[in-house]
Amino acid sequence: MEIKVFVTILLSTIFINNYVLSRMLGLCPFLGVSRRLDSALGMGLAVIFVMTLTSFITFPIYKYVLVPYRVTYLTTIVFILVIAALVQLVEMVIRKVSPGLYDALGIFLPLITTNCAVLGVAVLNLSSGFAAPEASLGLLKSVTQGFGGGAGFTLALIIMAGIRERLEIADIPENLRGVPITFITAGLLALAFFGFSGMKL
Amino acid sequence: MRYWKELVKGIWSRNPQLVIGLGFCPTLAVSTSLSNALWMTLAVIFVLVGSNLIISSVRKIVPGHLRIPIFITIIASFVTVVDLLLEAYQPEVYRSLGIFIPLIVVNCIILGRAEEFAQKNGVFPSVLDGIGMGIGFGLTLAVLAAIREVLGANRLFGYPLVQGMEPAAVMIMAPGAFFTLAFMLWAMNAINARKKGK
Repeated sequence: MEIKVFVTILLSTIFINNYVLSRMLGLCPFLGVSRRLDSALGMGLAVIFVMTLTSFITFPIYKYVLVPYRVTYLTTIVFILVIAALVQLVEMVIRKVSPGLYDALGIFLPLITTNCAVLGVAVLNLSSGFAAPEASLGLLKSVTQGFGGGAGFTLALIIMAGIRERLEIADIPENLRGVPITFITAGLLALAFFGFSGMKL
Repeated sequence: MRYWKELVKGIWSRNPQLVIGLGFCPTLAVSTSLSNALWMTLAVIFVLVGSNLIISSVRKIVPGHLRIPIFITIIASFVTVVDLLLEAYQPEVYRSLGIFIPLIVVNCIILGRAEEFAQKNGVFPSVLDGIGMGIGFGLTLAVLAAIREVLGANRLFGYPLVQGMEPAAVMIMAPGAFFTLAFMLWAMNAINARKKGK
């Protein structure tokens, strides 16, 4: 029974309500880092990591600090500061613990603070009711949604990077090169992902 | 009128979305109807002008390595003000814009203007820059929203247009947003290329 809930959350965040192609969150890194497949993979992994961790931390802060002290109007400020601090911390820890991973992710980590998918998942965790006082298992659901959102972002980014590597050698009208053709590709991808909304969960 | 160019550059020559390439997330997500676009523009202009005003006035006392967290806190405070105002006075707009109100914090246009303009210039030009960039953002958003609302819902500003026409629902959904913005960027590139050729 409970397992089914988590599978539903995962499927819906990765495919049906894909953060990039359906909710249109995180488009800046989607355009900026999708030029090459290996950097897309690095960015994707970093985003999965930060989004999961963000859900894990912002949820208890909201439920056990902001709500009891009746300062929920500070939610936006607190969340963005938590994310910025978290990204900084993750960067420092990875640099110390695993220099190899740091070299692979290094330049992408600071960019994640302004990725709206990260703040988006923190806010969505609240609006989809996982943080409601009566909701049990709220933390696990939030973390699942964070992980699924990151995985969906990574999926879209990798598909896009694969297509763009081939577009490099294609003969595209001059004014359409760069961002416009990327948006047309993204539109076609979004159409394809639209098919997932027929899935019955 | 040496300040005039700070005000008008955001509309065409330095348009935030079409030329600089910032702020695509809210542009695509909120452009489902013209009234959404209008309220989003008002919110962004308020935050942009407010943050440019404060950041340009404290620019000399902010230490360089701490500027990003300070800027983000200032921006987030203005976003909170907008969030609470809309929730209180325009609950319907608040519901239909949803999470894109708190997400104004990570709208790269605002942090981008703080970094690129407000921390290097005086208070007056920074406010003008905020107004101009906000209007430029709003114009792009409004054109995109008008195209999508007419084609996708057969409505403009919520009023029905042609009777008996079946709207192309895909234009209201995500793919339509991507396609329309792609064509707008294409048109912008083509116009600029023709100008340069002459």
